[in-house]
Amino acid sequence: MSTYFDAAAAAPLHPVARQALAAALDNGWLDPGKLYSQARRARQLLDAARGSIAESLGVRDDELHLCGSGTEAAYLAVRGGMAGRHRAGVTFVHSAVEHSSVLLATPGVAVPVDRYGRVELDAFAKAVRAPGVALAALMSANHEVGTVQPVAEAARLCADAGVPLYVDAAQSVGRMNVPNGWSMLTASAHKWGGPPGVGVLVVRKGARWIDPRPAVGPPNLPALVAAAASLRAVLSTAGAEAARLSALVDRVRATVAETVPDVEVVGDPVDRLPHLVTFSCLYVDGEALLHALDRHGFAVSSGSSCTSSTLRPSHVLEAMGVLSHGNVRISLHRDTTSDEVDRFLSVLPGVVADLRAQAGVSGL
Amino acid sequence: MNDCAGERAVHDCAGERAVSDPEVLDCRGQRCPLPVIALARRLPELPVGAVLRVLADDPAAAVDIPAWCRMRGQEYVGAAAGGYDVRRTN
Repeated sequence: MSTYFDAAAAAPLHPVARQALAAALDNGWLDPGKLYSQARRARQLLDAARGSIAESLGVRDDELHLCGSGTEAAYLAVRGGMAGRHRAGVTFVHSAVEHSSVLLATPGVAVPVDRYGRVELDAFAKAVRAPGVALAALMSANHEVGTVQPVAEAARLCADAGVPLYVDAAQSVGRMNVPNGWSMLTASAHKWGGPPGVGVLVVRKGARWIDPRPAVGPPNLPALVAAAASLRAVLSTAGAEAARLSALVDRVRATVAETVPDVEVVGDPVDRLPHLVTFSCLYVDGEALLHALDRHGFAVSSGSSCTSSTLRPSHVLEAMGVLSHGNVRISLHRDTTSDEVDRFLSVLPGVVADLRAQAGVSGL
Repeated sequence: MNDCAGERAVHDCAGERAVSDPEVLDCRGQRCPLPVIALARRLPELPVGAVLRVLADDPAAAVDIPAWCRMRGQEYVGAAAGGYDVRRTN
């Protein structure tokens, strides 16, 4: 029995995406830039896919830029946004819990977060009002702990300061609405059930942005068509699906806190993503916990340092000041059943107890 | 302004007196969660009010030692001399 609980890393391919991908291979291999009739069919596919994604996101076609991943989209947003505003300054302001793709795009000023991982708005206001700020970034919701960020308030603060706001909406698009007021937004198709390899950047009309790419290659058309089709499909059931998954997450939050001693369930319990929950188990090695759960058939993620290639704890957990070892993130998706969640909740207390017994820390 | 400076000096002095000769627990070279486990074992052996300095070079210790203090109701005094000072309060 194998249960996939890591949708925040990559959601399983939506059946609509699979169908669209197969169908789009017929014409989608052609170069849509050519003038012969077969290529014109590819061009039509491309225009339809772009139009569909723009409509799903509630933006204009010409505000949409496509690339190869969410990571690349974040890079394009930050570097292009900084370049477009170079006359205003060179400072990049961001929350301390942004995705690493945003943090690595360019050095910046990190605004602290509270214990739930929500950005401190007073500090954010002060940071964006400082002279020489070119761009500010605040994610729609955090990828590690699920806390929804105050995007509407941040957008108002940025507007007052005359600073454009970039919103990394990778975890929200297809699941919940993102407030307006931003200048740039990015998302990634394989987080909503589309294929990997499609990143989306929206640059609103009037926002200053210079494409940092020396040249823009042709898109991965079949993947793009599949991404567009799956986004429509996911949005058509998003409300009901969010309610279903959110109830399962509530069950996980309550049951883990009740049945596992010395556990910290982190992130905002209410104002959060519908599908994601994170907790840390005191005295437990995160890597050992991940492997033990894998042996029971559960694929989960961890922010503990022993599970990262850099051997550093997650910068998100660090910024929140919560326990970083023994950390587990589970993220649910449209195929997740109530029974799978219950099986996880029945297995977890024993797994944690066994690891504590092996380490000789029971009752410590 | 002088009053403020005076208060601060007294406060700092008191702080330094309390941790001038702390018990030291050497956890260098240990990975998470071992330094926290060693802290949890050692602290109850000290009298209430005593300070234990945990030497640790795993970056996770900087997050996990203050978090452990919060979860266990012990006082995290701060980082000093390559270690993390914890005062037993209960």
